[in-house]
Amino acid sequence: MTTATLTRANPLTGGRRRDGIASAVFAGLLWLCLALICVFLFFMLAVIVQKGVARLDLNLITKQPSKIRPETAGVQSALLGTLWVGGITALIAMPLGIAAAVYLEEYANPAKWWNRAIELNIQNLAAVPAVIYGILTLGFIVRGPVSIGAVVMAGGVALALLILPVIIITTREALRSVPREIRDGSLALGATQWQTTWRQVLPAAVPGIATGSILAMSRAIGEAAPLILVGATTFVTFNPDGVLSKYTTLPVQIYNLVPQDRQAFRDLAYAAILLLIVVLLAMNAVAIWLRNRYQRRW
Amino acid sequence: MTTSRSTAETAGGRSSGSGRPPAWRGSTIDLGQQHPRYGERVIKVILVGAAWLSVAVTIGIVVSLLAPTVTFFTHVGLGAFLFGTEWTGGFGNKFVWDDKSWGVLPLVVATAIVTVIALAVAVPLGLGAAIYLSEYASERVRKVLKPVLEVLAGIPTVVYGFLALTIFTPILANLVQFNTIHNMLSPGIVMGFMIVPTVASLGEDAMSAVPLALRQGSYALGANRMKTTLRVVFPAALSGIVAAIVLGISRAVGETMIVTIAAGSRAQLTFDPREGAQTMTGFIAQIASGDAPQGSPVYYSLFAVGALLFAVTLLINLASIRLVRKYRQVY
Repeated sequence: MTTATLTRANPLTGGRRRDGIASAVFAGLLWLCLALICVFLFFMLAVIVQKGVARLDLNLITKQPSKIRPETAGVQSALLGTLWVGGITALIAMPLGIAAAVYLEEYANPAKWWNRAIELNIQNLAAVPAVIYGILTLGFIVRGPVSIGAVVMAGGVALALLILPVIIITTREALRSVPREIRDGSLALGATQWQTTWRQVLPAAVPGIATGSILAMSRAIGEAAPLILVGATTFVTFNPDGVLSKYTTLPVQIYNLVPQDRQAFRDLAYAAILLLIVVLLAMNAVAIWLRNRYQRRW
Repeated sequence: MTTSRSTAETAGGRSSGSGRPPAWRGSTIDLGQQHPRYGERVIKVILVGAAWLSVAVTIGIVVSLLAPTVTFFTHVGLGAFLFGTEWTGGFGNKFVWDDKSWGVLPLVVATAIVTVIALAVAVPLGLGAAIYLSEYASERVRKVLKPVLEVLAGIPTVVYGFLALTIFTPILANLVQFNTIHNMLSPGIVMGFMIVPTVASLGEDAMSAVPLALRQGSYALGANRMKTTLRVVFPAALSGIVAAIVLGISRAVGETMIVTIAAGSRAQLTFDPREGAQTMTGFIAQIASGDAPQGSPVYYSLFAVGALLFAVTLLINLASIRLVRKYRQVY
């Protein structure tokens, strides 16, 4: 009798213990994945800070790039180039992206095949490699029909086309989270569709749109690949003075410093990376803060 | 919206007059009367234009790639391009077609090897993070971990490339014997970490979309959290998870800066990840940043490689979109 209970009890407890061990191992593996990701990130940030902080001085933002004196050279033309190109990118991509998103979300009839085609097309564009946008801008803006050459405007157009799908997708999500009742109420009071969109829906969606746009802009500012194709790799030691000026940007400047393997150039590159990362992390922080602070759950 | 609109239309009445009380003697106002509202129409035209611009961009990409690619293939046979095993486009006289080999296979193989290495890092780590965030993490832990992934996604690729070359290659050199400073292993691993946020956030979305009732059913039958995750949630979200991985592949194939900086610029057909080899994107960046005179053979080859890259990523993306649609229809 006792043996019977024992043999019946044993597999049960044994099974449960095996289950418990497997569960613990599985949870441990999940933890390990996250730990590896965090360790990698913090190791990278630590290296950048440790190597970059040595050259992070006023020379970095007040002096121009130099191929002879890396010890005192800076990246002023690249910093201002980044600001110029970023400004143009925002001016082109944000109005166009928000307008397209408003059309797709508020006006378009999703049953029509052409609207579905636009949607599919935007999803596709969002995953097209960044270099391809460089080739497009090279073929149409730098050379080809427009032929304005390798100038600030061309860089701005390339980055604007790159982030346009991202802005459209995030803006659509922000618009979608505004409840139907707000639109219905506005329309019922006699507002036209545009009045409803402009005075009710868009203001309610501003936090979401702002978060998405800031993240998209931070992607544009850090991007180098398309700009290499539209001529930002020229050695520029003057600040851009307009949209038709030659230019370079911070990421491209970092790329230019790669083949220079003297220690002083490496230090300069790390300082430039630190500067770029600080700017981008600040933008990311603002976006995350905006999302947590203002995004309403309806 | 539909209800309010239809109510408004019946109230407007369009002079049918059926709802009017019979005793009414005063003048009637036509509630169905409409102003032309030109402003509204202009605005709608502008919005439609902005939406169609995205289609114009796609057409522009195809056109800008097509014309130079056609010129390229008048000089080089399609078979010789796709199946040739030697790529010497950058050598010899810049304006002569015939003294070079235009076999794209070395660039394609290098792209594939780096992609495989990147996925070997990104898929386990990304899915592990996705499972943890979706099934295990408390709200407080999520609030800490999500920004970590966002920061990882926000680091520029040129920075990843620079660190792959100056930090990770020397570290790996302690473990593996490299012949040159350029190799495919280090950029592949670093690229894997770059893709982790893509796989993790899309995978988490897919698993969060699995209805709670399925999990409750599984728990009610006595399964623990691990069994529920692996045998109920994971299979239910499988197509979304595959879509996340497919999108990761597309990002790895199209990634430019990391491989340009850390994998070198030697186009050679090798399957050894310790060797440096040029990828498709690496070739485009090298030619674009060097001197490729307009009209020279190597200038046209840039567009041919670009067209191949675009075609490959387009196919991958369409597959991913189709998978996502499929899993959305389930619930």
